[in-house]
Amino acid sequence: MSREAVISFPQMGSYAAVFAQLLRHVFPDAEILPPLPITQKTVMLGSKYSPDFVCAPFKYNLGNYIEALEQGATILFQTGMGCRYGYYGELQEQILKDLGYNFRFLCLSRDRLQPKTALRLLREAGCTLPVRKILEALAAAVRSIYVLDRYEHWMRENIGFEVNPGACERIHECLLQDLTAADSLRDVGKAAARCKDCAAAVRLDRPECPLRVGVVGELYTLMEPFSNFGLERQLAKEGAVVSRDMSIWFLLFSRADRRSLRQGCGYLQYTVGANGVDSISQSLRYARDGYDGVVHLKSFGCIPELNATPALWNLCRKEDIPVLHLSFDTHLSELGVQTRLEAFLDMLRMKKEAGHERKSIARR
Amino acid sequence: MKEKALLGVDIGSVSTKGVALSAQGDLLASEYLWTEGDPIGATKRVLHALRKQLTDRTEITAVGTTGSARKLVGTMLGADAVKNEITAHAVGTLSRYPDVRTILEIGGQDSKIILIKDGVVADYAMNTLCAAGTGAFLSSQAKRLGLSVEDMGELALRSKSPSKIAARCTVFAESDLVHKIQSGHSKEDLVAGLCKAVVSNYLGNVGKGKQIGTPVVFQGGVSKNEGVIRAFEAELGESVQVDENAHLMGAIGAALLSRGKKREKPFDFQVTDLSFETKARECGGCSNHCEIISFYRDGALLDSWGGRCEKGMTERGES
Repeated sequence: MSREAVISFPQMGSYAAVFAQLLRHVFPDAEILPPLPITQKTVMLGSKYSPDFVCAPFKYNLGNYIEALEQGATILFQTGMGCRYGYYGELQEQILKDLGYNFRFLCLSRDRLQPKTALRLLREAGCTLPVRKILEALAAAVRSIYVLDRYEHWMRENIGFEVNPGACERIHECLLQDLTAADSLRDVGKAAARCKDCAAAVRLDRPECPLRVGVVGELYTLMEPFSNFGLERQLAKEGAVVSRDMSIWFLLFSRADRRSLRQGCGYLQYTVGANGVDSISQSLRYARDGYDGVVHLKSFGCIPELNATPALWNLCRKEDIPVLHLSFDTHLSELGVQTRLEAFLDMLRMKKEAGHERKSIARR
Repeated sequence: MKEKALLGVDIGSVSTKGVALSAQGDLLASEYLWTEGDPIGATKRVLHALRKQLTDRTEITAVGTTGSARKLVGTMLGADAVKNEITAHAVGTLSRYPDVRTILEIGGQDSKIILIKDGVVADYAMNTLCAAGTGAFLSSQAKRLGLSVEDMGELALRSKSPSKIAARCTVFAESDLVHKIQSGHSKEDLVAGLCKAVVSNYLGNVGKGKQIGTPVVFQGGVSKNEGVIRAFEAELGESVQVDENAHLMGAIGAALLSRGKKREKPFDFQVTDLSFETKARECGGCSNHCEIISFYRDGALLDSWGGRCEKGMTERGES
């Protein structure tokens, strides 16, 4: 492999830290170029060269790629899964080639995720590491994802109640730095322990029964705060416990359509693509756990979540839990989202005050 | 002894509404006028009108704002409550119709449905991306037909067979309308068809999947249109109530929401004599280029907003 190889990949929430770590291990001779933070410029670049009706994450990814290529990236990374996302790679590669960029596109989507094919593609891209080393790197990355997801889960549920503003986010930043720099499973373990200690020391002022809101929906829009105007943060700032089961860890290890269908208790008979079923089963769990409300996010035109929406309406009615549906594209005005969120929280609060407490049924 | 009153202002995209309520919630004064793209100017005009209707003995003890310019005008008036339209409409309507179950609201730029259970908002929905089924759509089509929006309702009632106009989307509806105009449909039938289109678009988009319980109250600027009221009644098979102050419910709600807030000194109508100015600029702090709005009163910075972080939100960021 030429020494000048510069590898980059798109942004998604905090996972850039883990990805940078993994690629650094797998391609020790290459330079890893983590994506620039997403800005309006990224979004504008991405939408300019994307088909207008493609889902928003495609545009974000493409913007990230263009910015990375402008910075000198020579290898771009993409994956793909069970909806249109599975075909992002092919289209993005073509669009970027048509724009005249020269690069290698490493796309581990669909059947290319089979270990044998994936290994061959890595080798072609210049990875000379023995398989054992690759597996070690993977193990460290997987463990990093676990640590990161666990902390973020805790952070979402508690950040609204921190006594010293910014305490939780400082720990988060520190964790991201530790994970990016981690060289082995042991390092990841150390980072996890440090993070755990710091989190335990955060002073919280939590009311006896705060509002609890579950967040479900399409994965990119959920996980990339820029694409949803930092919705989880806004909810937390208003003093709500924000729960979200969807994460990379969930996608990798906890996801099972059949189980989700069973847990969906008849609201859906069939899978509806990607994570539509998970949105239903998770919403149902929140409903039965006595949550005050559910926020359903998707990018505009996301077919699996669109398929899940009528089932969510039924669920909303039968389980008597308010569901707020929000669709995001690359539009830039935040006001509309704020209005709807504010109204949603007002509604939940007024209901609570009026004594319409949602009772937990599952925890009998 | 001064008479205590609450002030509520609802600054919508198309119209600006203001009310003064007595401490008991009775309407003391009200004003309704077009925003005309100038929320600050419109608010000043509303305040002028309210002041004329009130006696010198009235003292405004709390101020609430709502509507899409609630933040701007809330800062201008030093409001005690700055609330979203949904909460404000629900509170306003509940004060007049305590047993209401469904509130249909069609405004200039957006439309919403609010479902009430036991006097509390149980569910709501708001139109998302499309402006079909809003007042803006009706007024632009009125212009096309050479009518004023105010006349549309009455005209629609005279129609015997409303034209069928696609309700799915503004663009489709518009081309449908043009087509029907050119093929000779009468204005009455066209207007009645438009009213029906607005209603079916509303029920198909905003009201989708919602159980509409009675009593139903219809409000917002479009509720002044008799044709739309009839179309709703026909579609729902229920009677639809429209308050004589239907257009003021948001402002009434905002005023009521400000009740109980502690204000240091009474509101002074002199605010209309001050000069307010907004300046927009792009923050150069990072490549996000947030559009920051800074709001000045007589040259002094009151507040800034629009940034994704604290950077550039101070006055110094301007240089």
